[in-house]
Amino acid sequence: MYDFAYHRPCSLKDALALLAESPEARPLAGGQTLLPVMKQRLAAPSALVDLSGVPELRGIDLSPQAVTIGALTTHAEIAESAEVTQAIPALSAMAAKIGDQQVRHRGTLGGSIANNDPAADYPAALLGLDAVVVTDRREIAAADFFIDILETALQPGELVVAVRFPIPRTAAYARMDQPASRFALVGVFVGVMQDGGVRVAVTGAGPCVFRQGEMETSLTHSFRPEALAGLDIAAEGLNSDLHGSPEYRAHLIGVLARRAVVACL
Amino acid sequence: MAHALSMIVNGREVNAHVEARTLLVDFLRDHLGLTGTHVGCDTSQCGACVVQINGLSVKACTVLAMQADGADVTTIEGLAEGETLHPMQQAFQDHHGLQCGFCTPGMVMSALDIVRRHPDPSEAQIRDGLKGNFCRCTGYGSIVEAVQAGAKAMR
Ligand SMILES: Cc1cc2nc3c(=O)[nH]c(=O)nc-3n(C[C@H](O)[C@H](O)[C@H](O)COP(=O)(O)OP(=O)(O)OC[C@H]3O[C@@H](n4cnc5c(N)ncnc54)[C@H](O)[C@@H]3O)c2cc1C
Ligand code: FES
Ligand code: FES
Repeated sequence: MYDFAYHRPCSLKDALALLAESPEARPLAGGQTLLPVMKQRLAAPSALVDLSGVPELRGIDLSPQAVTIGALTTHAEIAESAEVTQAIPALSAMAAKIGDQQVRHRGTLGGSIANNDPAADYPAALLGLDAVVVTDRREIAAADFFIDILETALQPGELVVAVRFPIPRTAAYARMDQPASRFALVGVFVGVMQDGGVRVAVTGAGPCVFRQGEMETSLTHSFRPEALAGLDIAAEGLNSDLHGSPEYRAHLIGVLARRAVVACL
Repeated sequence: MAHALSMIVNGREVNAHVEARTLLVDFLRDHLGLTGTHVGCDTSQCGACVVQINGLSVKACTVLAMQADGADVTTIEGLAEGETLHPMQQAFQDHHGLQCGFCTPGMVMSALDIVRRHPDPSEAQIRDGLKGNFCRCTGYGSIVEAVQAGAKAMR
């Protein structure tokens, strides 16, 4: 990888100032995506602003309505958090399946959503729970945050500070592993909100996480796996690679949505 | 630009100057001569490079040396006491948990992390805990047995 300037600021203010200073600077969280990409020279930032010393990005806060998780919280910390497991067990279970233990020890919630990999897991939880991304300057609804493949609503130099997840009545996530990459081939998150609304969010199948409206309508009518029978999931626009055709991914959406609904019941 | 770096490696304090881009694995191997930590891939997937930072297993090829500034790092060289192998190393030897041995340092370091989380691990917990470690020789069966025996010896 090419060399770069390295900074480890001790406050959010200093981190933002360092990022504002040079447009080619990038924040570094767990490095589990950014460093591999830099090793392959697919990215060559002029400077890395290591966020690990920024206390404002840490912590898990549980209220009766929501659980708010700091951007620097690692996948392993979310998987093992008693607060998260109590409020949204589907979220800690999701974190426990990301990659492998070594990736989970370093990779963070903020880094994952800022990166918005088409097969990343957390985006499905954010969209499926109507979560809010809190940045240093504003709050962004998940629906407005994930824009396209590897693209989010974040402005240059803007940092994810935390994510606020409303506590649902129930929720579950089902994923089909892609064992070579250790990402999900397809993952489906089903959430039943406190007002009874059902949300179905799909990752890995398309260029960016998306909601499956027909399934949401059927499940709002009757929250049973049978309610999904007969729905024809369109393969058009879904990803195609050596691991699966668009038709196979469309099929998996149906299978995994049923599994998630069963796990909710 | 060279950055001042200081960390504890296998109980010993080390101080050095490194480029920002120096990976922890390269620092350990090239600067400190600790070549037990291996590099098996370029994509953060094989686990040959696993070490512990502050007691947690990580891939040293996917951590900058500077990210470990001030940390306590343990490598495979830090496990044995003189000529006496660590119980997990001994278990790998006794149960044929290796053939060529290239993956073994990473396997042992990940195995210790499994035991930290599950002192009496099931086969499923072991296989899950070794997901980030590739072995191209053994077929994993003997590694799983070795980890089970090593965990028992450590209890
Ligand atoms: C072998 C392997 C398997 C994996 N398997 C999975 C998997 O199954 N599921 C999954 O979801 N992911 C998986 N990942 C990716 C992993 O979860 C990464 O940890 C995650 O995508 C990025 O988080 P990070 O903290 O490592 O971010 P980094 O790599 O440090 O950063 C990623 C990007 O986000 C930016 N960034 C970081 N923090 C912030 C912030 N607070 N605000 C704004 N921008 C920020 C960085 O500038 C960079 O562009 C895997 C990775 C590996 C190497
Ligand atoms: S060398 Fe392969 S994961 Fe580090
Ligand atoms: S023993 Fe040869 S790679 Fe595992």
